[in-house]
Amino acid sequence: MCATCGCDDTTHTHEHHKRTISVERDVLHENNLLAERNRGYFEAKNIFALNLVSSPGSGKTSLLERTLRDLKARLDFAVIEGDQQTTRDADRIHATGTKVVQINTGKGCHLDAGMIQNAIKGMKPADNSVLFIENVGNLVCPAMFDLGEQERVVIISVTEGDDKPLKYPDMFLSSTVCVINKIDLLPYVPFNMEQCRANATKVNPNLRFVELSCTSGEGLQDWYTWLQSKLPTPVTA
Amino acid sequence: MHELSIVMSIVDIAREYAEREQATTVDEIEIDIGCLSTVEMQAFDAAWKQGVRNTVLDGALKTINRIQGEACCSRCDEIFPIDNAYDACPACGEHFIVITKGKELRVRSLAVSY
Repeated sequence: MCATCGCDDTTHTHEHHKRTISVERDVLHENNLLAERNRGYFEAKNIFALNLVSSPGSGKTSLLERTLRDLKARLDFAVIEGDQQTTRDADRIHATGTKVVQINTGKGCHLDAGMIQNAIKGMKPADNSVLFIENVGNLVCPAMFDLGEQERVVIISVTEGDDKPLKYPDMFLSSTVCVINKIDLLPYVPFNMEQCRANATKVNPNLRFVELSCTSGEGLQDWYTWLQSKLPTPVTA
Repeated sequence: MHELSIVMSIVDIAREYAEREQATTVDEIEIDIGCLSTVEMQAFDAAWKQGVRNTVLDGALKTINRIQGEACCSRCDEIFPIDNAYDACPACGEHFIVITKGKELRVRSLAVSY
């Protein structure tokens, strides 16, 4: 019996063809295509989409809660929450009266463009709104995944080391804005603000900084000013 | 941990090309991974073992080309090798640099048989 095709004719041969195919395809190609579709959707609907990234506990959700409460009378917001498990963050956002979708990534360590596409199909954020996408708390993996956002905001708190930008450069390199949170705790921690900013600037000289505290409210106005400056139709205070 | 997603994306790409070529097996795959890409090679190899199981890449020989980081200084146009995104230009000390190589993450080629 022929070992290749299993037929009873033992006189024939099978020719083996081998070939090298040139692929040259970016591994994240699929994600990047979906991200561009999301970006086009946001652009067409005049939605300002921000991707908030940080390590767990630096205050992404707290910053959102403050921002939504302080600006909801003037701006239309929608939020996509990314966490491995639970709807705890979405519940906190929901309590501010904002439209929110929770994505649970299970074992996944980041959001990707496909998840955002599914979320926006379901939630249908309004035209001219601001869409905050709160990524999974992780300073490494989300750096690689474009979601189609216009701005990527990395948040670091003063209870973390001021050398974090050097230890996790990819996130600081891919972000456009760096929020330094919990500045009300500066007197109690060895965090050196100048050093932190210098480290982050070494990684990304174009990075813009906002120092604030969601607890005391200090610096929030700078954040709001920046946010509003980015909107196609600025809303005056 | 995102290494597993990366491996699964590579499997998808290999499957797409193998099907398009109507190949029966993928014998080899060549992948470029830049030294400045966010891929930890140990995690990648561990994810590979699990991720390719029962896929078109099961048993395929994998060749990884590590690509050394390279940047161009925005001030003096010096082109120099870098190991970290925060490295300064060795000629003028400027941090305003453009990374020109080392962020690659792509499937370069497949060797298939029919």
